[in-house]
Amino acid sequence: MHRFANPAQFNRLADAILPWAIGAMVLLFAAGLYTAFFASPPDYQQGESVRVMYIHAPAAWMAMFIYMVMAVASFTALVWRHPLALLAGRATAPLGAMFTALALLTGMLWGKPMWGTYWVWDGRLTSVLILFFLYLGYMALWQSVEDEEKAGRAASILALVGVVNIPIIKFSVDWWSTLHQPASVIRLDGPTIDGSMLLPLLLMAAAYQAYFIVVFLWRMKLEINRRKLAVARQAMMHAPVGAE
Amino acid sequence: MAGLKTRKKQRLVVVSVALTSLVGATLLILFALGGDSLSLFLQPSDVKERQVEAGQHFRLGGLVETGSFSRLDDGLTFRFTVTDCLANQPVEFTGLLPDLFREGQGVVTEGELNADGVFVASTVLAKHDENYRPPGTMPKSEGQCSHPDDQAAAAAYSEG
Amino acid sequence: MADFFDMGGYAAFVWAAYGLSAVALVGLALSSRKQLKKSAEDVEAARARRKGGS
Repeated sequence: MHRFANPAQFNRLADAILPWAIGAMVLLFAAGLYTAFFASPPDYQQGESVRVMYIHAPAAWMAMFIYMVMAVASFTALVWRHPLALLAGRATAPLGAMFTALALLTGMLWGKPMWGTYWVWDGRLTSVLILFFLYLGYMALWQSVEDEEKAGRAASILALVGVVNIPIIKFSVDWWSTLHQPASVIRLDGPTIDGSMLLPLLLMAAAYQAYFIVVFLWRMKLEINRRKLAVARQAMMHAPVGAE
Repeated sequence: MAGLKTRKKQRLVVVSVALTSLVGATLLILFALGGDSLSLFLQPSDVKERQVEAGQHFRLGGLVETGSFSRLDDGLTFRFTVTDCLANQPVEFTGLLPDLFREGQGVVTEGELNADGVFVASTVLAKHDENYRPPGTMPKSEGQCSHPDDQAAAAAYSEG
Repeated sequence: MADFFDMGGYAAFVWAAYGLSAVALVGLALSSRKQLKKSAEDVEAARARRKGGS
């Protein structure tokens, strides 16, 4: 019985949050895109191509943030066997994979005109590609093992092992010589981005964050339904007539 | 009930210990490998220090020294000096330069040294720094090799 | 206006980056929503079946 108490509570909470999150998402995207295109100057070096930054950097931040959410969920699932935590991990993975793919693709489209190449095998680009494969591996493990409990445990272990990649991504530009520029926003001596360009960047980052909350809550509800169906199916198989 | 609690506590300890040792081990391996094998390029002072032989293929990175850029008479070949504020390396390149190629900005070039000690590059990629600002305003870090950060870095380098 | 779409000569790169991102974000949101609706209907159906069956 207590297995269902939590999901029901979660659904109520999600339904209460969702309208606000959707509203915030729409407003933040409107403000972010407006400032990104109309209320911010071209860069003194990069010209108009700097506008790719407003979707590239937030996508990369989300890729790492979502991985940490997935790792915390996996940790909770492994240690405390909390059923919702396992579902949370499952719900985050496609979002993380998408943001990682977007970070890579928009980065390539920015790199070609600025650096002169789409791709280079340096520490930053390679470690982000590994992050993408970690997401894919996590999702693949869920798919490939029949027993949901075993699949969840295997996927959670993979997610935890992959955590080591996160500091590598963050510090790759400081540890090794690379083509990628060093951090501009999160650094000890303050941002090196002009305020007029920092605003659209932060607004787009907030919009992506709101988008994550909205789609994550949808996917959580989806996972809860899926779980309910699986339980119902099992109950039907074991006691087909007059079980209740 | 008590048994359940200890089991949970045990799991917490096992997972935490496994996780920390894994992260620690990986980071140790990365540091043991040294920056080198994972670094994308050598800087001019590395080239000098290691006495890289002519004909050996490698990547060279650094800043394009201000005032060093010139175009040869054929109109297609460019000459410039790559510097890391400690050593200079003359570079020759025939081809299209990326849009971001500027004097005083970073580059990563790929090629080899010729017999005269000139680095003949087959590709030139532009490296951007962390400054973003509107046109007309200049970042503080302009004026290469005179910037306090660069001097501090150079001092730290020569000490180490 | 043409200037705006030209993006200082970087039109192909800038618009491709924004286009790809828009397609991916909208695509994942819509598919999540659709799957959620379908799963809610399935849960309803299962509940109805169980009530009818017993």
